Amino acid sequence: MRIACPYCGPRGLEEFLYTQDASVTRPGAGATGQDWVDYVYIRENTKAPRKEFWYHSAGCHAWLILTRDVVTHEIMAVDLP
Amino acid sequence: MSGYRLPTGGHINRNIAIPFSFDGKAYTGFAGDTLASALLANGVKLVGRSFKYHRPRGIFTAGSEEPSALVELGQGACREPNTRATMVELFNGLEASSQNRFPSLKYDALAINNLFSPLLAAGFYYKTFMWPAKFWERVYEPLIRRAAGLGRNAGLPDPDFYEKTTEFCDVLVVGAGTDGLAVARAAAAQNGRVIVCDEYPAPSPPDLPANVTFLPRTTVFAIYDGGTYAALTHLPNASPRQRLVRVVAGRGIIATGALERPLVFANNDLPGVMLAGAVADYIIRYAVSPGRNILLALNNDDSAVLIPLLAAANIGIAGIVDTRRKSSDLVYRLAREADASVFAGATILAAQGRLGVKSAVIKQHNGTMLRLPCDTIATSGGFNPNIALTAQFDAKPVWNETICAFTAGMLPPCARIIGKAAGQGINAGIEPHWHSGFSPGKSFVDLQNDVTVKDIKLASQEGFCAVEQVKRYTTLGMAADQGKTANVNALAILAEARGISIPEAGTTRFRPPYTPVSIGALAGAHKGKHFKPVRLAPTHEFSQAQGAVAVESGLWLRAQYYPRAGEGWLAAATREVNTVRNAVGICDVTTLGKIDIQGPDAAKFLECVYTNSWASLPIGRVRYGLMLREDGFVMDDGTTARLGPEHFVMTTTTANAAKVMQHLEFCAQVLWKHLEVSLISVTDQWAQIAVAGPKSRATLAKIVDDPFDVSNDSCPYMACAGLTICGGTPARLFRLSFSGELAYEIAVPARYGNALAEKLMQAGAEFGIAPYGTEALGIMRIEKGHPAGPELNGQTTAHDLGLHKLLSTKKDFIGRTMAARPALTNPARPTLVGLRPEDGTTTLRAGSHLLPIGVPATAAHDQGHVTSAARSPTLGPIALALLADGPARLGEKIRVYDPVRQGDCIARVVSPVHYDPAGTRLHA
Amino acid sequence: MRYSALSLLAQALRGHTGWKPAWRKAMPAPGYDVVIIGGGGGGLSTAYHLARHHHAGRIAVLEKGWLGNGSIGRNTTIIRSNYLLPGNVPFYELAMKLWEGLEQEINYNAMVSQRGIFNIYHNDAQRDSYARRGNAMRLHGVDAELLNREQLRREIPYLDYENARFPIQGALVQRRAGTARHDAVAWGYARAADRLGVDIIENCEVTGIDIENGAVTGVQTARGAIKAGKVGIAVAGASSLVAAMAGLRLPIESHALQAFVSEGLKPLIDNVITFGAGHFYISQSDKGGLVFGGDIEGYNSYAARGNLPTVEDVCEGGMALMPMLGRARLLRSWGGIMDMTMDGSPIIDKTPVKNLFFNGGWCYGGFKATPASGYCFAHLIAREEPHPVAAAYRLDRFAEGKLIDEKGAGAQPNLH
Ligand SMILES: Cc1cc2nc3c(=O)[nH]c(=O)nc-3n(C[C@H](O)[C@H](O)[C@H](O)COP(=O)(O)OP(=O)(O)OC[C@H]3O[C@@H](n4cnc5c(N)ncnc54)[C@H](O)[C@@H]3O)c2cc1C
Ligand SMILES: [Zn+2]
Repeated sequence: MRIACPYCGPRGLEEFLYTQDASVTRPGAGATGQDWVDYVYIRENTKAPRKEFWYHSAGCHAWLILTRDVVTHEIMAVDLP
Repeated sequence: MSGYRLPTGGHINRNIAIPFSFDGKAYTGFAGDTLASALLANGVKLVGRSFKYHRPRGIFTAGSEEPSALVELGQGACREPNTRATMVELFNGLEASSQNRFPSLKYDALAINNLFSPLLAAGFYYKTFMWPAKFWERVYEPLIRRAAGLGRNAGLPDPDFYEKTTEFCDVLVVGAGTDGLAVARAAAAQNGRVIVCDEYPAPSPPDLPANVTFLPRTTVFAIYDGGTYAALTHLPNASPRQRLVRVVAGRGIIATGALERPLVFANNDLPGVMLAGAVADYIIRYAVSPGRNILLALNNDDSAVLIPLLAAANIGIAGIVDTRRKSSDLVYRLAREADASVFAGATILAAQGRLGVKSAVIKQHNGTMLRLPCDTIATSGGFNPNIALTAQFDAKPVWNETICAFTAGMLPPCARIIGKAAGQGINAGIEPHWHSGFSPGKSFVDLQNDVTVKDIKLASQEGFCAVEQVKRYTTLGMAADQGKTANVNALAILAEARGISIPEAGTTRFRPPYTPVSIGALAGAHKGKHFKPVRLAPTHEFSQAQGAVAVESGLWLRAQYYPRAGEGWLAAATREVNTVRNAVGICDVTTLGKIDIQGPDAAKFLECVYTNSWASLPIGRVRYGLMLREDGFVMDDGTTARLGPEHFVMTTTTANAAKVMQHLEFCAQVLWKHLEVSLISVTDQWAQIAVAGPKSRATLAKIVDDPFDVSNDSCPYMACAGLTICGGTPARLFRLSFSGELAYEIAVPARYGNALAEKLMQAGAEFGIAPYGTEALGIMRIEKGHPAGPELNGQTTAHDLGLHKLLSTKKDFIGRTMAARPALTNPARPTLVGLRPEDGTTTLRAGSHLLPIGVPATAAHDQGHVTSAARSPTLGPIALALLADGPARLGEKIRVYDPVRQGDCIARVVSPVHYDPAGTRLHA
Repeated sequence: MRYSALSLLAQALRGHTGWKPAWRKAMPAPGYDVVIIGGGGGGLSTAYHLARHHHAGRIAVLEKGWLGNGSIGRNTTIIRSNYLLPGNVPFYELAMKLWEGLEQEINYNAMVSQRGIFNIYHNDAQRDSYARRGNAMRLHGVDAELLNREQLRREIPYLDYENARFPIQGALVQRRAGTARHDAVAWGYARAADRLGVDIIENCEVTGIDIENGAVTGVQTARGAIKAGKVGIAVAGASSLVAAMAGLRLPIESHALQAFVSEGLKPLIDNVITFGAGHFYISQSDKGGLVFGGDIEGYNSYAARGNLPTVEDVCEGGMALMPMLGRARLLRSWGGIMDMTMDGSPIIDKTPVKNLFFNGGWCYGGFKATPASGYCFAHLIAREEPHPVAAAYRLDRFAEGKLIDEKGAGAQPNLH
């Protein structure tokens, strides 16, 4: 897999770390306990393309939002948060 | 003895004779030979024994798909088993030997398996060897293991070097055949960078434009995501021995040609049975004839090219068996010209001979049997487009009825497949002939794993119907050749057994690598000391000069202790602790992560990531901070100093430095991106040295520049400041204490690390200063009850560590909500306490479990464990532990149970702060 | 027909014409008392134990593809019960005990081989954490030994003791651990379940779960609707997808894990060995191949394949641990889909839907669980209460904070 970092250009997979699904957002004030459980633990994990957080750990330290197909590994977009 | 060297021709250099040996016997070949061609030229036919039945095996192909001619190459640590003789370029002094035979290749004791073969049908081992149960590990399995496997690994460290590189190109062409080279030239004309790889050596390099890089002896063995191709280059007799090339290509063009498939008949594994194309290759490339009287058996017109080749080289043709109902005009014409007879509509039933082919039995179109004497049988069952690379990549092959072969299905992104690999121009006039029915003797489908037609039928009879099940039940296609010559025949036989069509029977997937790749090459230089990079502390030279023993701490090498003459680690660490407790010591603490945090919202940012409050921290002060993960468990701790209104420096633990940096970046870039704050890791920029002990102030006073005042009034506990030292060197001073003594940490630009250590040693000499290492550091932090790695293990909560008071209730912070769940604050959770052995002398060990006294040692009574333990010079053995309901149990006695190290003693539960609980010393 | 040396001999004399299919190619009936979704190790073992120990009525296993296509046929075959936490040890130890009698019980040689597992440690802190684990095992009645460097070297002389970047200091050993022939486990359970009357239906993908009034009534499949009194989900890598059919959302992500095998070699490595300073573990199969692996790929994936950085990382770990591997060749690599949970431990529980039960979240360690996974899931389905050794594997432990996090990695599945 190669990821086109908006700052560094296309780089190999080994420079990046994936952490989590980017479709979940951190609950704000007034959130319920269930909101927090959903945020921290529950994932859709479908077969469809999805947004996810990647970190250019061995590069510029930017956090990126990839739109990526989890079946073909095709990367449709690389955005900044 | 039947093969021989032809008097003329071949891409060999007859002026360079190359001596080599096989099974200890000396032979000679020519430059340009492979081991296989040289063996054939010397009349050697028998080169190995088969996997299961130990049947005699010869050379079957001329390429990387070779299933049979596997040999051990080299001696001692360099011995390389399972090497395909067809791919080894002959070199001076090459030593090869046959494998999987005892006592000798000609007389192999385990050939007796062949006799028992009715018992050894596919999957026989699943049905027996079950009684008595204990016999499996003791009797059956050792026997099976000894019999299995082919070659022998040297069992010694591989002495050779390997390297890895990455190449970038616009177009990668895999395969330098006619099609591949044409595409490469066309691509080069468009001015891109082109790389062409071919697994074979090129006797004469092709003529290519300057922007084309040609890599011979380079097998592209896998395709990965994003246009990344993995290739392996062999560098014969060179160092490095092999090179892993990661090719990043804009486009990939697969021009890997087609691989011939054999006909399947009884004893089709006898030495002397070969692929027709291989016979042609040996004649053309190496001027070697594998035999003097060759029978050709085919079912297509492509392989008819062998006929004129044989004739031209004056090699005897025993006959042409054409399994098609009607042979073609082409075959008739070529046969006529070669004066050879054609047996049209005939079937080859069996090869005969003991250690090599002596004759073939054929059934003629009218049903009569005929025995044809011959020493070689060249067979061709048609060709398979070589689609292994594309099929690795999720693409299911598609059956093409016209050419009776699978072609590539969906292709990897940005890849194309061309020429024979795409099924073009192959299998003219083919009429499939998948096997020759049942005749006495074994008809092999997979030669390398000894899988026969009967095995496939048996698997299907036993309900293993899907091709993948057949593969797993019979081991078909699972050997080192991945069934390159076997799989399609096997599918056809399975389809027949099940009464379905070939595409209905499915396909097996090819998996990377295309051909086997040595693990050494995939590791490259990353072995031994070079497995991972080494991070050296900025005082490394100093500590070396001081005789420090170094210890790995993650990637860092740190000074563990500084032994003086006659001291072991404990004596040295004890002395170092005493020095700190009574005088002054220095210790490099650079490895702790340092993160520089700046911006108008820096303080707000810290409020988000730490559990405790930060806005109120005055400039020039340091505060201890606790950080949780979002799930409420402790992530890390450390101190953060405020150097200015918008400027903080955070420290993290050594182990978590990178993780905390990543986490903070996430908070700043994603969660609270509206905050104006910027972060940078400065761990490597600053050398930081702890100066600890009652004489630390006096020591420091000697190196700080005027007007900086180190007195307690102007620089109290938890103060920090920027200053200069030693006459103008910029520095930062933090009055922090991990040891519990009056102590400071002083930071200078990393390049001054060694110099600072020297200066401190000079300044402290009059007080008896000494450097101390991680052992002494660890002892003192346990004495003080500071949590570190074993307590911050990702399983503990603020409550567990007695740090719940640091959880602010006045703000949001990472982990706040989840940390409040009852299960995370339950008093019954193991919580931090101190332990002292009841007898005052028994050593406590981390990892011991805690049990009430007088109950059985079972899990039901497990109440926690010792996290850290030390021998304190002042207090004797001490420990930190996590004990259920710990703080309520101070003074209780508890059993410290360590069965894996035969430890079992009684300890008393005490406060985790073993030393100076009031903290008077550090405030001094 | 019972498998034995005698029946093998008798069949050999008859050209093996008498062997029957190991399991019937069952056609789906209109309805069953219990339907198990997923014909992997977990599903088959569940069906077998339901039929064997519980009067569960008519039982079917519905498998999407061919039996054994999932992780049961792709794993690196390690079985062990060397866990740390009380939620895990008794469960995996039950599995270990079941492995020890498996072949005689199901009359199928799954080649359970107790060759011992050696977890190598490289520094004092790692030694102590292995001691903590070994002691926990001993408290649970599980065998564990802690070897120092010299003891280890006597047993396994070929590791890099002299020149390692991270020095080898010793190992935690569980001698009863080992390997088993993965496919044979699936086939053996399938055959044994079939003989107890279980219908094993291949090529029967479940495409929907029918729910009425909060209770499950049946499933929709590629081969039509099937009514069911109770439904158990045991689909490992596809857990989230199948659970979604019942409207459930799980604390699970799917990740790919690669595995590797070398060319066949004469006996070289006698035990299962894991590297403590990188991601690498290895054993040698009875066929002679070195079977090895390392870390998961690190990103979500439903493609059963991986990428090159992991391949290199694994081989680097291998060379760092045992430099004799340099000239052994990688023959084949492949991948499988792991149902990684948020705490790295599995789930065996009821669901909010009545009569719908869930078994999953096996991460990269569900093979060793196979016998107990089915044993406990069958218990849960039949009795509607958890088996005591699996009582901690609840779905609500995430909300409650009763996590079973062996590594302390937190709620990030790719770190477990
Ligand atoms: C490379 C690799 C190495 C591993 N190494 C080890 C190891 O050494 N030790 C260990 O303990 N574990 C290991 N594992 C993990 C272990 O293999 C799995 O955790 C375990 O096999 C999962 O349980 P299972 O056998 O029931 O899963 P599977 O065999 O995956 O079974 C699930 C089945 O469900 C089917 N299915 C999916 N969706 C549907 C549907 N809609 N309808 C019907 N059926 C469906 C699938 O086709 C599949 O057959 C490894 C895994 C991999 C991939
Ligand atoms: Zn970048």
